Amino acid sequence: MPARSVSKHMTEGEIGLGLSLLVGAFLCALASARAVDAPFSIHMGLFALAGFAGLAALVKRYEGRPAAVPQEIAGKPHYNLGPVKFAVVAAMVWGIAGFLVGCIIAFQLWAPSLNLGIEYASFGRLRPLHTSAVIFAFGGNVLIGTSLYVVQRTCRARLAGDLAPWFVVLGYNLFIVIAGTGYLMGVTQSKEYAEPEWYADLWLTIVWVVYLLVFLATLWKRKEPHIFVANWFYLAFIVTIAMLHSVNNLAVPVSWLGSKSYPVFAGVQDALIQWWYGHNAVGFFLTAGFLAIMYYFVPKRAERPIYSYRLSIIHFWALVFMYIWAGPHHLHYTALPDWAQTLGMTFSIMLWMPSWGGMINGLMTLSGAWDKLRTDPVLRFMVVSLAFYGMATFEGPMMSIKAVNALSHYTDWTIGHVHSGALGWVAYISFGALYCLVPWLWNRREVYSLKLVEWHFWISTLGIVLYITSMWVAGIMQGLMWRAYNALGFLEYSFVETVEAMQPYYLVRALGGVLFLIGALIMAYNLAMTVAGRTAEREALSGSVGLAPAE
Amino acid sequence: MTDTPQAGTPPTGPETTGHEWDGIAEYNNPLPRWWLITLYATIAWAFAYWIAYPAWPLLTGYTGGLLGYSQREAVLGEVEAVRRDRDARGQAQLASASLDAIRADPALLRLALATGKAAFGDNCAGCHGGSATGATGYPNLQDDDWLWGGTPEAIERTIRTGARSGHGETHLGDMPAFGRDGLLTRAQIQAVAGYVLSLSGRPGTPAATLDAGREVFAGTCAGCHGETGTGNPEMGAPNLADAISLYGASPEQVVATISHGRKGVMPAWEGRLDPATIKSLAVYVHGLGGGR
Repeated sequence: MPARSVSKHMTEGEIGLGLSLLVGAFLCALASARAVDAPFSIHMGLFALAGFAGLAALVKRYEGRPAAVPQEIAGKPHYNLGPVKFAVVAAMVWGIAGFLVGCIIAFQLWAPSLNLGIEYASFGRLRPLHTSAVIFAFGGNVLIGTSLYVVQRTCRARLAGDLAPWFVVLGYNLFIVIAGTGYLMGVTQSKEYAEPEWYADLWLTIVWVVYLLVFLATLWKRKEPHIFVANWFYLAFIVTIAMLHSVNNLAVPVSWLGSKSYPVFAGVQDALIQWWYGHNAVGFFLTAGFLAIMYYFVPKRAERPIYSYRLSIIHFWALVFMYIWAGPHHLHYTALPDWAQTLGMTFSIMLWMPSWGGMINGLMTLSGAWDKLRTDPVLRFMVVSLAFYGMATFEGPMMSIKAVNALSHYTDWTIGHVHSGALGWVAYISFGALYCLVPWLWNRREVYSLKLVEWHFWISTLGIVLYITSMWVAGIMQGLMWRAYNALGFLEYSFVETVEAMQPYYLVRALGGVLFLIGALIMAYNLAMTVAGRTAEREALSGSVGLAPAE
Repeated sequence: MTDTPQAGTPPTGPETTGHEWDGIAEYNNPLPRWWLITLYATIAWAFAYWIAYPAWPLLTGYTGGLLGYSQREAVLGEVEAVRRDRDARGQAQLASASLDAIRADPALLRLALATGKAAFGDNCAGCHGGSATGATGYPNLQDDDWLWGGTPEAIERTIRTGARSGHGETHLGDMPAFGRDGLLTRAQIQAVAGYVLSLSGRPGTPAATLDAGREVFAGTCAGCHGETGTGNPEMGAPNLADAISLYGASPEQVVATISHGRKGVMPAWEGRLDPATIKSLAVYVHGLGGGR
């Protein structure tokens, strides 16, 4: 193709975004100056700074960019990998921060004085910091990063939009910063997993809609006749989170210049909306989204076809249809009407097989390639994640049965269940995906050291085992102590005695968390060395651990 | 990454769908039989459950289910059953019997102690500790030193009305802030603090200070704490002549108490706990070891 000179000028998108950033930053600076409370002032100041920084980055990018960005180079798609790289690095950084805060609050539960009497280090503020950092900052960046990668590769098309993908990843991480600093300053609307206040929620809504549009437009311009299964799951995740987020966060601010707001729902209706949101955050953020990761990275790494297209389509539709009903099982034996509790429980039970469909498809994809588990610790991360996924999605329906829930609810069993899903499934499939993705993104043959991946695998697996077994024992013991009666019909234990009984288990749990954190630090080092282009010398010479795959 | 067909795909085997995305193909294996059967079984179970129990919302109500189950009715029934069971054991008598009568009747006493223990753990342990040994500012209930009296009747009254709680009959009487309000000079406070420490046999106060302190004590403190410092339960004035001190017995702590005064609050439990439970708590606390 003869080179044709195109005169360079600002696109409509650049002008529009630039003006929006300018006006937005100016309004935020004004709001910061006139704010009625200090956290709102700080946050509006942060928004203003981010706006001006975005504007500067926009101008700098314009100066450096060619007149037109090609969609294809030499007949091959010209993939847009910058935003993916950013999300991958952000995920690793936020992951370590989130795991660290988790360890701190785990030790605080063991010895409450470890909050040192500082309000910023109190459990009530650090706990949402931990959950949001691991779910939304770590998990969210993994989901956004992998989805923007997978949708391009499986559509054989460059991401739609020029600035929009960057707006999504940067805007999302700005939301994370606003949310996290808000928790530390005591800004919360006290809805679990939806703690950020109204202005942060509005910002996330804008970012999320752009994310949806980028994803849809990329699907629209795909060069493949059909949409790959991972993209169904990503799309279900994006669409449903948009709906859940907007409804659960409907609130009226006390002042347009202050951080506090009140939800529009009240009482049991508020509780139901909250757990409709909360449970489907699990269902569509932590399940559907990460199943999408599984459907691309497992067959890719194992170099095997996906086991069953038919199973994928049936379990996809069954999963999205049934999950949305299951929220009321968080409100068994409360003011929620009987009929709603029944629906929550029965749909949770029916959800068992649709959930397991993803596990079967992942594990059976390995048939004919099981020997790779011996030599490839990255694939082992993903396979073990599927085992934890299967375990957690059996345990979940079981705990939704009212008779079981009567024992398990409000105990540490719930915490153990959540973490077998969060550490075992979500984090492990993410680790597997990141170990694949980093060498691909930075054009390396393999990660810096597979031996370090082995270390990461075994240390963190030991951590998970300590974590969930201690919480199972603690939770069941707690539940049994709460319902123990003496011969005269009085409670055998006072509440404070049941708290005291938890102390040794809390220590074991905290140590499990520390092992998990150590594993993640090893991973960060390994990935940083991979990006730097290094390979562990001995491994390069001798092959990974002296084992070769069976033929 | 490779764009060629996957290396591991066997030449024969299950059919793929014929599509390929970024090198990933899909087999078209049928649904696993056990999977499908289990899915149908859970769905059948759900339908059965819906028929038996309240399940689906209607325009003005909901389907009630054949079993006529109601969580609210079930809980009310259980509460009623426990109440009947307790009445059969004499719970109703606890409310009407006098404290002496309860302590005289072994069966009633056993019931009162069980009631009191359970109520103490859930209502009192937060301040007084699970074993009732208290903490700085929160009295130890295991010893025989009582701010407001240690008879069963006095203990019951304290639980019922609290101390400085806002209840109409609550215990009143503050220790004034002698330093902050300028009632005593700094030197007088130092001296009287030394004297107060000597009352419980704590050494270290010079003789000259003791004399000055004794004079201040007689003029200012003896009105409530008594000539010999043994206290007055009528006013909640603690005994200063024993080794027990609610707010600490270091010279600094005693000076702080005299300078800034003390008015610890205990909530009133009347209205929050029923009379039988309050009585049971009085019997339980009295029986912890220090009752008079």
